[in-house]
Amino acid sequence: MTEKIGVYVCHCGTNIAGIVDVEGVAKWAAEKLQRRGVVIARDYKFMCSSLGQELIEKDIKELGLTRVVVAACSPHLHERTFRNACKNAGLNPYLCELVSIREQVSWVHTDKAVATEKSKAIVSGGVERVIWHEPLEPLRVPIHPATLVVGGGIAGIQAALEIADAGYHVYMVEREPSIGGHMAQFDKTFPTLDCSACILTPKMVDVGNHPNITLLTWAEVTNVDGYIGNFQATIRQKTRCVKTELCTGCGICWEKCPKKVTDDVFEAGLGKRKAIYTPFPQAVPKYPVLDKETCTYFLKGTCKACEKFCPTGAIDFTQEDEFLQIDVGQIILATGWDLFDVRRMPQYGYGRLDNVFTSLEFERLSNASGPTGGKIVLRDGVTAPASVAIVHCVGSRDKNYNPYCSSICCMQSLKFAHLVHERTGAEVYNCYIDMRTPSKGYEEFYQRLLEEGTHFIRGKVAEVTNAARTNEEEGKLIVQVEDTLIGKQRRIPVEMVILSAGLEPRHDAKEVGRLFGISCSADGWYIERHPKLDPIATMTDGVYIAGVVQGPKDIPASVAQGAAAAARALGKIQQKEVAMEPIRATINQDMCSGCRICNNLCPFNAILFHEDKMVSEVNPALCQGCGTCVAGCPAGAISGTGFSNEQILAQLDGLLLLNIKRLEEVPA
Amino acid sequence: MKEYVYFPGCSLEKIAISYHLSALETTKKLDITLKELEDWNCCGATAYFHVDELLAYTLVARNLAMAEKMGTEVVAPCSACYKNMYFTKQHLAEDPDLTEHINDALQEDNLNYSGSVTVKHLIEVFSNDIGAEELKSKVVFPLTDLRVASYYGCQILRPKKDHEDVEQPHFFEDLMASIGATPVDFPLKLTCCGGSLLISSRPAAYSMIHNLLYDAQRAQADVIVTACPLCQVNLECYQQQVNQEYGTQFHIPVVYFTQLIGLALGIPPKKLGFGKEFLSPKKAIDAIKNIKSQEEVITQ
Repeated sequence: MTEKIGVYVCHCGTNIAGIVDVEGVAKWAAEKLQRRGVVIARDYKFMCSSLGQELIEKDIKELGLTRVVVAACSPHLHERTFRNACKNAGLNPYLCELVSIREQVSWVHTDKAVATEKSKAIVSGGVERVIWHEPLEPLRVPIHPATLVVGGGIAGIQAALEIADAGYHVYMVEREPSIGGHMAQFDKTFPTLDCSACILTPKMVDVGNHPNITLLTWAEVTNVDGYIGNFQATIRQKTRCVKTELCTGCGICWEKCPKKVTDDVFEAGLGKRKAIYTPFPQAVPKYPVLDKETCTYFLKGTCKACEKFCPTGAIDFTQEDEFLQIDVGQIILATGWDLFDVRRMPQYGYGRLDNVFTSLEFERLSNASGPTGGKIVLRDGVTAPASVAIVHCVGSRDKNYNPYCSSICCMQSLKFAHLVHERTGAEVYNCYIDMRTPSKGYEEFYQRLLEEGTHFIRGKVAEVTNAARTNEEEGKLIVQVEDTLIGKQRRIPVEMVILSAGLEPRHDAKEVGRLFGISCSADGWYIERHPKLDPIATMTDGVYIAGVVQGPKDIPASVAQGAAAAARALGKIQQKEVAMEPIRATINQDMCSGCRICNNLCPFNAILFHEDKMVSEVNPALCQGCGTCVAGCPAGAISGTGFSNEQILAQLDGLLLLNIKRLEEVPA
Repeated sequence: MKEYVYFPGCSLEKIAISYHLSALETTKKLDITLKELEDWNCCGATAYFHVDELLAYTLVARNLAMAEKMGTEVVAPCSACYKNMYFTKQHLAEDPDLTEHINDALQEDNLNYSGSVTVKHLIEVFSNDIGAEELKSKVVFPLTDLRVASYYGCQILRPKKDHEDVEQPHFFEDLMASIGATPVDFPLKLTCCGGSLLISSRPAAYSMIHNLLYDAQRAQADVIVTACPLCQVNLECYQQQVNQEYGTQFHIPVVYFTQLIGLALGIPPKKLGFGKEFLSPKKAIDAIKNIKSQEEVITQ
């Protein structure tokens, strides 16, 4: 045996030591694995502390260790810590193996004896494996200084401006004709009630005018290749039918367009737009978009009113989709959310009972530049309601729809209650399950509403019906709810009902995620690298997430996450190059049959196929070392660095304690 | 010709005899045979499952096991029977140990429950298997101008919570529209009729019946159409008491959907069990009579 192995067993306070006899494990390893090369085995209260690390470094130097096994928490948490400790002591960091006896043992077992035995087996597996480790060198790749921001809502805007202001180039791609996102649809923002447009539009204008930002609206990313530092993105610029270099945004075209269409996107179906339009007056960019599906010219072949009246000749009916190729180093996804489809809850009557509104509809109703000019009125367009019920948690916190809390609806509903009360003087009833107002200034806003005289009823609404039982209820919407504070069923007749619908992942979040090589949680939100310590990064290096794509959050939190993602990207740009994990798959080209099974298995699109040689090859910069292709290759032509057959089989040998059995058969 | 195993349940023997007669007559007319389950026993009703679950499941499993011997689909006209059979089938599918235990008992009777039989409510036979379109093509006397409140009750849909729209269904209305009737907007169509509350708390039951009658009258329904014997009894037989209790003047006939379908298919009212009710559905029958007399005039 040529290797000198050190084994370090961590107590993790009582996290591990409470269930596992850590001293026993260390003693056992020193004794039983001595003939496998273990020269020292220690236990320590916190191996990850600087004292714990120094212990390892000292042993490497003084005992000349050539391999290190740490039995502690998951490699997710501290692999890097112990690799660095090895590196500091002059040992190649990849000659260290971290085995988990916390997540895989102490946290999931209750029987101390069994847990201790299992820990011994895991340590034994680690020792056998580490013998086969090879020194590896991380790959270094240069970082392209430009960043792609996908989604022009408040989170994307913030991220783009932070990076552009720092002097680096940003491509912003937005699917709709204008940036602004959902925030542009709101009238007021909670809890301060500032005008949403007043705080948002200056930022939109900054994006539009920034010399470092290339703004591509009415565009979508269709393909992404490459890896951190070197992504190539293909962007489809959808047909605008407007030459942006000539258009001045004067508005004559949409003034003259004879075709009125219901605006289901920006006006939530409450207002109209023309076939050629900008969604709202402060839209950025100012250029309109011609909607081919409703334009009279495209439907019937005649009209061309916009072209006739355009003073600069900017209308071009012959335009076609254009595809742009851009190179970027990093990508920030801020693609936002969709509103829960309240029709999925027919018991609340939306679509069947006229005066049931969605939260987005109400945002437009209350917006001064909305279809009613900010007048809160019933579906007839004139009558102000004398009584309004606001139903919380529609589609949220409900195992039949979405089990999660949408986070913003309580505050949004309080805002609605305030606006209704202020503008119509109506009686307002808020039906909530729990009132959740945990951020700065939110509880104070709730107190303010309590003082304003809004009625608060704690109970989940059972249904909204028009089945009147008395003359007073006749013609009203009746909200049936159990008031759990007084323990009684209540029927509340009102004239208007607002459904505070939850937030859902974008309908195409999954496909978009696949495009960028990131995945969704069970709820459909993009998965962050770590839920607490890294909610910005994803499992794909160089792709970050910001705003509601990561999970429901309000405007301040979205802005903070946008800025954080930008900071992360800027940090990488300034390092100019990035070190990449050398854990990679490689294909033995002599053994590859060219079947291409691995091409489709790779979740990171890292495998290319050489048509000429009929063999596949792994792009080492793109490969994340997941091992899927290794397991999938029918010819066994792919091996994973750090996960070779020898390493895996040796680890199994150790786990089953076959190594010790063999030793016992042969006398020392 | 399509065949179903028919589980009438106890109500259809006596109190809901008109449901029984009309079910058999209408299906016959539509080329469907309802083959009565031999030696069937009680479905467990509302009470038994709360008294002894094991025995209740065994009771229902016996019926299902016998049904498996006779065919692949068992049909219950009564919503409570349907619910008990549907739940039992679901529950046993999830609990193989219980199924084995019950099968040990059934063995005494030379029976075995395998789970192969499909459980259906009679209204599903009409709305799904026959379909509103097909039914429409068979109508001889459309019930024009008859305003009907299609009353689902609670037990037809609730068991299917997992895969159907249980909040605002419209298949009952579609069925009524297919025979020419006018389904009214009846928001309480899924609300409970009170069930067996009449036994334990009369005031509570009266209040629930009152709400339903109020809603039907508000919608100007000529008749309430039901698919459950208990709903029918509660809404019709207790209308007088509700009127006394609440000082109301409700007079709304309550009939089975098969009775109205039968009329539209040209089956004589008597064969459909008409004439046995407390509140005569005169308008429904008159609608047919008018058409008939007009036709007689024409043919003469």
